[in-house]
Amino acid sequence: MRSDAPRAPWGLKLAAGAGLVFMIAPLLLIFVYAFTTEERTYQWPPPGFTLQWFGVTWGRTDVWQALTLSVQVATISTAIALVLGTLCAAAVSGSKFFGREVISLLVILPIALPGIITGIALRSAFGMTDIPFSFWTIVVGHATFCVVTVYNNAVARFRRTSGSLIEASMDLGADQFQTFRYVILPNIGTALLAGGMLAFALSFDEVIVTTFTAGQQQTLPLWMLEELVRPRQRPVTNVVAVVVVLVTTIPILLAFYLTRDGDQIAGSGK
Amino acid sequence: MSAASSAFLEHRRGPLTGLSDLFWRRPKLLVFLLLVPPLLWLGVIYVGSLVALLMQSFYAIDEFSGMVDYDVLTLKTYGELFRPANLDIIIRTVLMAMAVTLASAVIAFPIAYMAARYVRGRWKAMFYLAVMLPLWSSYLVKIYAWKLILAKEGILNWIFAQLHLTGALEAYLGLPVVGGGSLSISYTGTFLVFVYVWMPYMILPTQAALERVPVNLTDASSDLGGTPWQTFRHVIFPLALPGIIAGSIFTFSLTLGDYIIPQIVGSSRLFIGQAVYAHQGTAGNIPLAAAFSVVPIVIMGLYLWMAQRKGAFDAL
Amino acid sequence: MTTAVSLKAITRRFGEVLALDAIDLDIAEGEFFAMLGPSGSGKTTCLRVIAGFEQPSSGELSIFGQRAEGVPPYKRNVNTVFQDYALFPHLNVIDNVAYSLMLRKVPVAERYSQAEAVLDMVKLAGYGMRRPGQLSGGQRQRVALARALVNQPKVLLLDEPLGALDLKLREQMQEELKSLQKRLGITFIFVTHDQGEAMSMADRIAVFNLGKIMQVGTPEEIYLKPASRFVADFVGSSNVLPPDFVARTTGKASWASLRPEAITVTAGAGQPDLTGTVVARNYLGATTRITVDLGGQRLHAVLPSGAGVPLEGSVVTVDFDPSALHRMDDTP
Repeated sequence: MRSDAPRAPWGLKLAAGAGLVFMIAPLLLIFVYAFTTEERTYQWPPPGFTLQWFGVTWGRTDVWQALTLSVQVATISTAIALVLGTLCAAAVSGSKFFGREVISLLVILPIALPGIITGIALRSAFGMTDIPFSFWTIVVGHATFCVVTVYNNAVARFRRTSGSLIEASMDLGADQFQTFRYVILPNIGTALLAGGMLAFALSFDEVIVTTFTAGQQQTLPLWMLEELVRPRQRPVTNVVAVVVVLVTTIPILLAFYLTRDGDQIAGSGK
Repeated sequence: MSAASSAFLEHRRGPLTGLSDLFWRRPKLLVFLLLVPPLLWLGVIYVGSLVALLMQSFYAIDEFSGMVDYDVLTLKTYGELFRPANLDIIIRTVLMAMAVTLASAVIAFPIAYMAARYVRGRWKAMFYLAVMLPLWSSYLVKIYAWKLILAKEGILNWIFAQLHLTGALEAYLGLPVVGGGSLSISYTGTFLVFVYVWMPYMILPTQAALERVPVNLTDASSDLGGTPWQTFRHVIFPLALPGIIAGSIFTFSLTLGDYIIPQIVGSSRLFIGQAVYAHQGTAGNIPLAAAFSVVPIVIMGLYLWMAQRKGAFDAL
Repeated sequence: MTTAVSLKAITRRFGEVLALDAIDLDIAEGEFFAMLGPSGSGKTTCLRVIAGFEQPSSGELSIFGQRAEGVPPYKRNVNTVFQDYALFPHLNVIDNVAYSLMLRKVPVAERYSQAEAVLDMVKLAGYGMRRPGQLSGGQRQRVALARALVNQPKVLLLDEPLGALDLKLREQMQEELKSLQKRLGITFIFVTHDQGEAMSMADRIAVFNLGKIMQVGTPEEIYLKPASRFVADFVGSSNVLPPDFVARTTGKASWASLRPEAITVTAGAGQPDLTGTVVARNYLGATTRITVDLGGQRLHAVLPSGAGVPLEGSVVTVDFDPSALHRMDDTP
């Protein structure tokens, strides 16, 4: 018998370790920079450490406005993506019809195509139809590419929620709506939540499509981009970067734990 | 217990039940109704916009007025793509995408192999998160981190100085093509950031493919006298290849379409995404911008076609 | 006797495939009825038509005299025990069992006391708080049974109910199901591909093949008087004899079946048509089954175990009473 976890060759360990360091160290570096006393350059090592930039950032109304807008856009886009993604997943798994590959392709397309193409396409469409750029044009763009995360999570769970569960529910006297409420929803709920978290993270971070679908509005990523191209107050940017990392990390961690639990629930039925 | 006397449950009435009966009798109606909202959104609004954009590429700018001439359908704009300056942009972008993909595969493979084969239990979850968190971290923050790293006064130059290797770095930057005034305005800088941002997309598909390689297959190879290298070369690598190709779809496509990374870290020479951005924005040449956006679509179409023939989609 | 379920010329098409081909069947109230057949024979489709998961393409289905085509499953007082049990993974055992009571808005206290009573009946009292995932296969089977019985359905459908259980458990469940059915007096219709299971449990059996019913009858009728070659082949260990062989021994050409225990074997050559070589010998405990090759035609015979059983390779003469031959039509 082979032991469960054979020893890895040291060369492999070294290569994998170096790869992980390459992935994670730059993010940690940002945390260090958030505390630097240096204002005008990216000097390393930092000449000193201070907490003052957190206070300064806290007082910046432009940051707050951008953050608020990003949260609003992400919330509404996620809500729309939840509805559209669940509908697609239910339709695709509920029956076999000729167009299911087309539906999957349609859902994946906005994220598979380079963001700039989606952005310009929507921008010129808004232009042609004389729709003024607003909060809602941003939401339209975001919801379009957020559907995929909800859809993927929901479809995977629908697949594991076996058809006989739905038949069992109807057999025991539940009509289609009761079956949805008492059997389907509890079984796909965590998957939807996880998909929604990922959609939120995706929308909160999106910059390319937003560049083309926003008018005067500035989401947090647009604010960041502005700072990257024309830095104004570098320490504030450092603090915002840390906040963005934290805000996107939390939904990812939650989504991870949700789907992990979900797998245990789904697996217990077997 | 209350036994129902009839063969049917007659108490089940009401408008909702009636609707449920209708859907039960006509399941296709239900599927149709479910699909109406997403199809309207994605099929009409989104695909409609895409088609409208692509249509633009079949018009051309009138050379005298500078306005788009909507009366004539023409391939003239596509012809412009083959002007040396534009061809340069396309070739530069494709070469960069290839280099990024190759480097991503090399860096991702050990991580994926380790995760698929050697880590178990809690460590496996940690490994997964260590891959997922950078993958999902903010795109701009990741670029920003590299702006900090590559800055003249930043950590990378500091490390070279500490190791007394500043001379070597300067010699490297003196090289043609890969060099430049400093790391942050060289192709090397652009390349590093591209790899950093898109490499995580290579890990999960590769890992998925490796997890499907049965352990006893590698045992069998060593039993038959294969050295670890031969086992890798002839057993593991061929079986992992579909996963690597699946991952390369991401790294290749994402590099092809990006315009922000080369704008922030790199030389002033354009990539496809920047060209699209410039033509639709300041230049106001929507037809040429549209024609430029067709390039990554065509390249990815070809790439996907080849990947499908290698069976890469099963690994997605 | 009331007819519980009646099928008249029920046909079900899936595209080009004829899953049910003009089935006629009447099942009486209180009967323990088995649908037996190989996979793809239409027996499961027939069960699903009765449950309401499939609609007949044509024909009439009545349940207790009421026409049931177009009536959705949630309006039929018919419940099903699924092959994979289909227990709701997000609910514990008691909520699984009480699911239909919850839908009927039975007050909570009464709901749980009824569910507990049914759990007690299937010998799972006290398991209510467990999750389906924490139960063994046999226990899940009992929960599925309790959940389907809590409503006191007019008809209980069982789709390969014992297929996933091991042999010992299967035999025990067969007895329990049989006695449960006697006690409750509910019509049980169960689908199986295991002829032994059908024989030991059912009052009557319908043998399915290629979307048609080949024969309906009591286990004895099916075993002793198979109506066709298919039934004889599928149901029993009977010898199926071709017309030329039957003509040589009895003078009249037709297909016939011959039970192995009706054959006697004597050592040495005798009448040339009935002389052959023993090619196989299977020890079964009290009896031994031998296979005799009569110039290409193979016959199975079951003999009491002991010294009298001829050895493999020995030459023997077989004999049987011509009245033991059961003539059949030649439907394959």
